[in-house]
Parts: sequence; C-alpha cells; structure tokens
Amino acid sequence: MTTVSSVTERPAVPADHRPGFHHLLRSEWTKIRSVRSTVWSLILLVVLDLGFTALFVGIMVGQWDKASPQDHANAIADPTSAILGSGFFLSQLTVCVLGVMVIASEYSTGMIRASLLAVPRRVPMLAAKAAVFGLLILVLGTAVSFVSFFIGAPMLHSKAPVSLGDPGVLRAVIGGGLYLAVLGLFAMAIGGIVRHTAAGITGVIGFVLVLQPLVQLLPGSIGKHVHAYLPSEAGHLIAQAHQGKDDLLTPWQGFGVFCVWTAVLLVIAAVVLKRRDA
Amino acid sequence: MIEAKNLTKRYGDKVAVQDLSFTVQPGRVTGFLGPNGAGKSTTMRLLLGLDRPDGGDATIAGRHYPDLPRPLSVVGALLEARAVHTGRSAYNHLLCLAQTQGIGPARVQEVIDLVGLREVARKRAGGFSLGMGQRLGIAAALLGDPSVLILDEPVNGLDPEGILWIRNLMKYLAAEGRTVFVSSHLMNEMAVTAEHLIVIGRGRLIADCSTEEFIERSAEQQVVVRSPDAERLAAVLDEEGGKTTVDGDGALLVSNLEAPRIGELAAAGGFVLHELTPRRGSLEEAFMELTRDSVEYGTASAPHAEGDPR
Repeated sequence: MTTVSSVTERPAVPADHRPGFHHLLRSEWTKIRSVRSTVWSLILLVVLDLGFTALFVGIMVGQWDKASPQDHANAIADPTSAILGSGFFLSQLTVCVLGVMVIASEYSTGMIRASLLAVPRRVPMLAAKAAVFGLLILVLGTAVSFVSFFIGAPMLHSKAPVSLGDPGVLRAVIGGGLYLAVLGLFAMAIGGIVRHTAAGITGVIGFVLVLQPLVQLLPGSIGKHVHAYLPSEAGHLIAQAHQGKDDLLTPWQGFGVFCVWTAVLLVIAAVVLKRRDA
Repeated sequence: MIEAKNLTKRYGDKVAVQDLSFTVQPGRVTGFLGPNGAGKSTTMRLLLGLDRPDGGDATIAGRHYPDLPRPLSVVGALLEARAVHTGRSAYNHLLCLAQTQGIGPARVQEVIDLVGLREVARKRAGGFSLGMGQRLGIAAALLGDPSVLILDEPVNGLDPEGILWIRNLMKYLAAEGRTVFVSSHLMNEMAVTAEHLIVIGRGRLIADCSTEEFIERSAEQQVVVRSPDAERLAAVLDEEGGKTTVDGDGALLVSNLEAPRIGELAAAGGFVLHELTPRRGSLEEAFMELTRDSVEYGTASAPHAEGDPR
C-alpha cells in the first residue's frame, strides 16, 4: 500500500497557527472558477448586458419620432442612465441567480459540510466567499458597464449626445459595476439565509422585480418613499449621471441605502450560518 | 483521542442522542455500532462541530473541533451523506479544501493516487459511482495527514474489492498509531475490522468493550432438538432449567442447557431424538437481540433472518 502520510511536503503553515485569510480567499476562488455553471452565468451576463444595450438603444433611436415628449426629455436629461439601464434590465438577473447559487448550491449538494469541516468557525468562510464573489462581479460588471456605454453612446449621439467627460458620467459607468457587485452580495446573503437555490432565486427576484411595482400601488407619498428605499431601486441610482427630478435620493445616497440593505442581510446570513446545524 | 461526555442532542421533541459518554483510544479501530436511527451519524456530527449539542461536550485531541486551528491536519472525516459539489472535479474539490489549510497541490495529487482515483480526477464528481464517491470522501479525509479519523458508514455502496480495501486501510491507519472511529449498522462488518466496540441504541450507550468480549457476551448458545415427542420433552427440559421455544417446523430451540446435558435428560426419559445440534447464534442475531428494544423503526414481527453461523 502507498504510504498515507505526506511524503512530498509538509503544509507551509505550522499546525498550531490558524491559516491566514488569503488561504480562504484562494479556496473560494478555486470553488468559483471550477464549476461550469458559474462560468456560463458570467458569459450570459456579458452577452445579455451588451446585447440588450444595443437592442434597446437601437429601438429607442429607431422609434424616436414616435416617442412622447416626456420620453425625449428623460433620455436627453440622462442618456447614461438610459444606456446602462438597458443593459442591466436582464443581465442583473444573472447576477442574482449566480449570487444565490454560489452559496445555496453548497447546501443542495452537501458541499457545505466539507467546507465547514475545513473552516469550522464558519463566518470566515462566508467572508472569503463574499470577498471573492463581490470582487469578481465588480471587475466584470465595471468592464461590461464601460463596453455597454461605448456601444450605446455613439448610437444615441444624434438624439442625446453624451460623453464620458460629462459631469457624473464616469461615476455612473463605474457605478454600474458597483451596483452589480452589491446586487451579487445581496443575492448571496439571501441564498445563505434560505439555503435553497430555487427559493433563494425566487426571493431575490421577488425583491428586485416584483416588490417594486407592488409598492408603487401604495397611495400617495408613502408609496413614493417606500419605493425609493427598496434595495434595487435605490441601488441603481448610482448608475445615473445625476439625480432625476422625481428621485428622492441622490445617486450616492441611493447606493448607500442599497449597501445598508446588503450589509444587514449579510450579517443575518453570518448569524444563521454560525447558529444553525449544518 | 476522541472524548464524548454526556452528549445530548434533540431535534424538536425527538431525542437523537441522550447522555452519551465514551472515549476512543488511538492505535486501534473502534467500531461505532447501532441500528439505523440509533444516533450514530448525529454523534459524529456533534464530534465534528456540524451540529451543536443540547447538552454535554465533545472534544478531539483535547479541543472542541471548531477550536482546532487547522482541523484537517488533526481530524479527517468521511460523512455518511455526500459532501461534494456535483459540478466540480475530484481534483478541484480536494484542492479547494486543501487551500483552506495551506496544503499544496502536490498533497492533493498524492491522496488521489492513494485512493486510486487518478484516472477520473479531472471528471465531475456528480458522475461518480457510489464507490468512487466513497473513495473521494476518504481522499478528503486523508488530505491533512490527520491523527484522528472519523468515518461514517465507509463501506456503504462499495463492491467486495472496495470493502476489503477500506478494511485494510483502516487497520493500517490504526497500526500507525492513529485513532480510527468508524460507524456501521452491520455487526459482521465490525467483527472483522474493529478491535473495540461502542454500541448504541436509541441514542444511548449499550456497550463499550472489546469486540471479542462483545461477541462472547452476546452470542447466545442454542441447541436445536428434534423429537417425535417434542411437547413432553420440552416440559422435562423446562423443569431442568432450560428455556425452550418451538421453531416454525416443529424443532425445539433450547437455551440455558448444553447439548450433552439435553442428550442425557432425553436418554433418562426414554425420548427418541432425531436431531441434537448445538448452534451458536450469528453475530448479527446477537446484535439484533441486544438492540431489539432500542430499534427505532422495528417491524411488528420481524422474521429472524437466517444469518451465517459463526
């Protein structure tokens, strides 16, 4: 029989020292890159974002003469928001799905038990996962946001000219990446709380897509205020060049609200991870 | 060394483990035996910090599992339920676990070779057979070269060759001075692997002794007696302190009396005997006998399976 003990090497870390956080980051990176569904979701994110930017901006330009003066005013007031919003429309769903899957798939496959045996304090594992996944989406999301802008801006140029140097525009384009990254963490937190892929995805999409129109049905200023503070509603303001005349919050305030939502959910996810039997 | 002190775990109203105390010593294979639902897996999960106990305490090498700085280099565990992402290759599964402990890829390759998964290491674990899955679980357990191994039903789903492999591996690991704690619901399997046994039923300790002693103590001696005049013979034997029951096809099953003594009594009473066979109950029967009261989901009148006599 082959010898069981390690003949090639001793682990770099002495047995009595807890391995550093960078070891957990490397592990979580291996987890993310080694599952095919992650890679496909990321490709889908890019394709959907860029595809729908081109499609919606193209439709907007093509239908320009038939659109209402209100639509013209909106597009001219903030072309950046129109361009980036077209891209996010569907691609943000892939980020939601991926965020939930990154953690809920560990529960559905049983992998979570192996993960927790390796990191029995549990919360560092969640922190490393959030850091790696958040950073990945931030980098990819920002890149996609820039490409989306450079696809949309020339198409819209004859109707509503905009350039990266205009006030607020650069911040909005980077904000597109920030929005997707925090949305990913928001979804991951919900996935960690409900521990079930389908339920998690339903929950996140409910938050992002369903709650919004429902809240708008609330009467008067209550509806308007609640609506403004909904996570994705507040969060996507960061991808606008400037505050719209109907917006209660500035871009950074809105993004702050979204970050608070996400932080609270991540804390809840950490607490239940620590407390519950695995 | 593994130490459990007054471990108690409830799920809702149901008590899974109650006031369970035992220690597992290094240098030998210790079997953890009990019927399905007896609380074996729960106990192992408590030892490993996956579930938290409602009472009592579990330590490994003197520490609570979550307090181990690099747990995989102290304890290797194989859980009953699979703990592998189905979309990840065996290599990447082991690599991401190794990286949490600062263990490098060379050791990953080493354990893959050790369990014989080299050919399929780059394939998705979701396509693995039960046996390959068990081997991958063993590989993960051995990653950190741990001094304590906790294996939940490791022979489940293995073919005879795989069973032999794991038996030898466990004995080899114990002979190297490691602590090997292995659960099973099969007495016969434990009898050939484990030197020491911890037996539980309904979450309580039933026995904690050497395997030899357990077999000695629990394997009841019975004698099969056939006689055309069975009824009257039974009465005579009962009088002499025997315990007789009538088997389905009319044979008497006598316990508490040795075969020679039964022969003498029969001769003295002028009984014709057609058969007089001492039979040692199978281990499996002994185990079932011992845990009968503690079987969680017993059938109303389970027909006693004819086990292989030993």
